[in-house]
Amino acid sequence: MDALWTLGQTALELGLICSLTVLALFLSYSMLNVCDLSTDGCFTLGAAVGAAVAISGHPYGAVLCAMGAGVLSGFTAALLQTRMGVDSLLAGIIVNTGLYSVNIWVMGGAAQLNLNRTDTVFTKMRALLSATPLAGQYRLVVAVIAVALTAAFLTFFLNTRLGLSIRATGDNPDMVRSSSIDPVFTTTVGLCVANAFTGLSGCLLSQAQKSVSIDIGSGMVTIALASLLIGRTLMGRGGIFSRAMGMVLGSCLFRVVYTIALRFHMPAYMLKLISSLIVILAIFLPYLAGRRTLFRRMMERRT
Amino acid sequence: MLELRGISKTFHPGTPNAKTAIVNLSLTLEAGDFVTIIGSNGAGKSTLFNAICGDFFTDQGSIFLDGEDITFQPSHVRSKRIGRLYQDPMRGSAPNMTIEENLALAAGSGGLFSRITRGDRERFRQRLSLLGMGLEDRLRQSVGLLSGGQRQALTLLMATMNPPRLLLLDEHTAALDPAAAEKVLDLTRRIVDQHHITTMMVTHNLQNALDMGNRTLMMDAGGIVLDVGGAERQGMKVPDLLERFRAGAGKSLDNDRILLS
Repeated sequence: MDALWTLGQTALELGLICSLTVLALFLSYSMLNVCDLSTDGCFTLGAAVGAAVAISGHPYGAVLCAMGAGVLSGFTAALLQTRMGVDSLLAGIIVNTGLYSVNIWVMGGAAQLNLNRTDTVFTKMRALLSATPLAGQYRLVVAVIAVALTAAFLTFFLNTRLGLSIRATGDNPDMVRSSSIDPVFTTTVGLCVANAFTGLSGCLLSQAQKSVSIDIGSGMVTIALASLLIGRTLMGRGGIFSRAMGMVLGSCLFRVVYTIALRFHMPAYMLKLISSLIVILAIFLPYLAGRRTLFRRMMERRT
Repeated sequence: MLELRGISKTFHPGTPNAKTAIVNLSLTLEAGDFVTIIGSNGAGKSTLFNAICGDFFTDQGSIFLDGEDITFQPSHVRSKRIGRLYQDPMRGSAPNMTIEENLALAAGSGGLFSRITRGDRERFRQRLSLLGMGLEDRLRQSVGLLSGGQRQALTLLMATMNPPRLLLLDEHTAALDPAAAEKVLDLTRRIVDQHHITTMMVTHNLQNALDMGNRTLMMDAGGIVLDVGGAERQGMKVPDLLERFRAGAGKSLDNDRILLS
């Protein structure tokens, strides 16, 4: 029973930390309608920068630097697609590829960094909670705080005039083109903010795991998209806050189901195949439903 | 207040698909003018609007608005002073955002981080009630739920939320059913009168072209072939207009959507 609780707790922590990336895609993919394929590299960048700065002795600065690095990555992707004529999908792929080198450079030429003896936001929280009933849940507490702050920020931000402009840019580009909104500006701001959260997500994961490797972010965009699509199915309507909560729920649910599958002796390397299948199904099923009436007519005609 | 000096535009120059859409066109509008525009298929009516709005920069000539040279001003800057409606009612508003969110974007008041206030909502409700469509009670519904006529009326309201210096209407009632078209046209008249907005309206309804506004332009092959206003336009009938067009363009008006009545 205890082992099960530990397992559930780990799944929840992982789900919450990665839900920050899902919230980032909620902004870039659902709101801005940009499929940001630099997510993998940006996640690793956040993890690498967060680890490197923490090792240098700044546990809180690590979080800020990771977010700042995310902003730079998002800005680069935005610059490529708004000012340099690069297609938006290609811009993400190019930034992603370039970040591989940057990430190894950030980690001092190594493909891996160890944080076992490093002060991080998690060790700080553990010290803070040492004499309280929450002592064992320090990782969960950090994750909950980060998610709550991010969701609160997004709820506020997406209802400001700037946030509305960003949403309109994704919702009706025709309208924005003939309005006084500058789509270059809104796309840039949207991608910078989104990637700050992706960087934060990577930073927290590396600090929670006490290690970072160059492939920590690989496949993250698919995993986050799977979570986003689950979340959208569960809570796709309503205000920004409830939809953001749907994203968090989707991310946690995805990790819990995956953890259960692991219990039934599914090898860990299946994670990425499963997330790919979820994304495929989440997109294919509504498409199939849309064609159902057409198929029925064709079948009727045949008989 | 609007002055076009010899503007020209050729698309795909130097290729077999080269198409000269506007040829050395000059036009001056006085403040408060309401100009209706009719013309054949491909006469350059929409291209003229695109040029004024800055969707592309002209190859030659210059554009002045209120005495300021805006020839190379980007479109999102021009649109602070120029409002525009398209034929397609879906183009002017964001379907997955609520009515109040769309109106807030159009109002554009406050700083980047300002939010919709109770005062804003009150103002939106008041403006929406002028439409007489019951939209004032649906502020928090998605715009995607509205009918074409309702959406076009909302777009008109958005475009004139802060009365623009110049309003361009590109067959904005052509995609609506006759009742909705009549309603939107009526609203157009009221809003333009109320705020004295200088307006250009492309229409394929010749009767509307004569009934509305104070001046009528006819376009053909990228130029203006006829420009009637004042006393000359008073009492003019549709057959007169067609006759004048034939005289100006050297051929009869050829538009497959034209309405003669």
